Amino acid sequence: MDAQLKRGLLDVCVLAAIRNNDSYGYKIIKDMKPYLELSESTLYTILKRLESADMLTVHTVEHEGRLRKYYHINPSGIRRLDEFRDDWDEIMAIYRFITKEDETYDEN
Amino acid sequence: MTKTEFLDELRSRLSGLPQSDLDERLLYFREMIDDRMEDGLTEEEAVSDIGSVDEIVDHIMEETPLSKLVRENAKRTRALKAWEILLLVLGAPLWLSLILAAIAVCLSIYAALWAVVLGLWSAVVGLAAGAVGGLVTAASYVVNREPVNAIFMLGAAILCAGLAILLFFGCVRLTKAVMQVTKKTILGMKALLMRKEN
Repeated sequence: MDAQLKRGLLDVCVLAAIRNNDSYGYKIIKDMKPYLELSESTLYTILKRLESADMLTVHTVEHEGRLRKYYHINPSGIRRLDEFRDDWDEIMAIYRFITKEDETYDEN
Repeated sequence: MTKTEFLDELRSRLSGLPQSDLDERLLYFREMIDDRMEDGLTEEEAVSDIGSVDEIVDHIMEETPLSKLVRENAKRTRALKAWEILLLVLGAPLWLSLILAAIAVCLSIYAALWAVVLGLWSAVVGLAAGAVGGLVTAASYVVNREPVNAIFMLGAAILCAGLAILLFFGCVRLTKAVMQVTKKTILGMKALLMRKEN
């Protein structure tokens, strides 16, 4: 996939991974694995960016005698996901336009 | 590699980062390794799953602005003793001018590189303009019924156009090369600052 497109999708994917339940680093990577391969370093950067954009908050929970950071989605994060869905409707319309052009070329 | 070895290696390679930033990153990688081990991987597997220290350091280096590293490096300088300050002040005419000269030399070499690029681009524009001008002049000779001059001008225009096209591709490559050098130099400076000198 085009690198620029993938980068844009990553932020939204991470937000989606924590939308319904708070999640932690390793689980986010595992949940995303079937769709997008994501390295630890990249996830760190994305989480930091989303945190400073106030789209998520971090809280530490004790787990099996050690600490684990959980990420919780904020209202602005949910808004970002909704925006993405609206954008996607437009993109799908463009997609249909592009593939329709393809068909007419095939006929010629 | 064990978890401790991995984290120690990472700590020493990233020691130029601000302390809080470094601690947070190490905690993050520690949690990632612990979670993998809890998932059933051995310590060795969990560490190798995270990726090599080199990859991680490269990634962090690319995303950390040079200014942040320089600031951190400057902040870390310990307080100076009185005699050191005296030496620094007395030696200022010597070391200050040397450092300024060194910086000026580096900057002027860099500026010269871009001047060459700019000069070659101007040549491309000049040649292209020459080609257009030649064509126009050739056309006017045709109108005035001077075929010899018209052919000469047409030839000159084609020569200019050919050179412009050749030089254009050379310029594109050269510009890319200079940009590459800039990127490499900045990365090199970051690499120097990333590890604390001790």
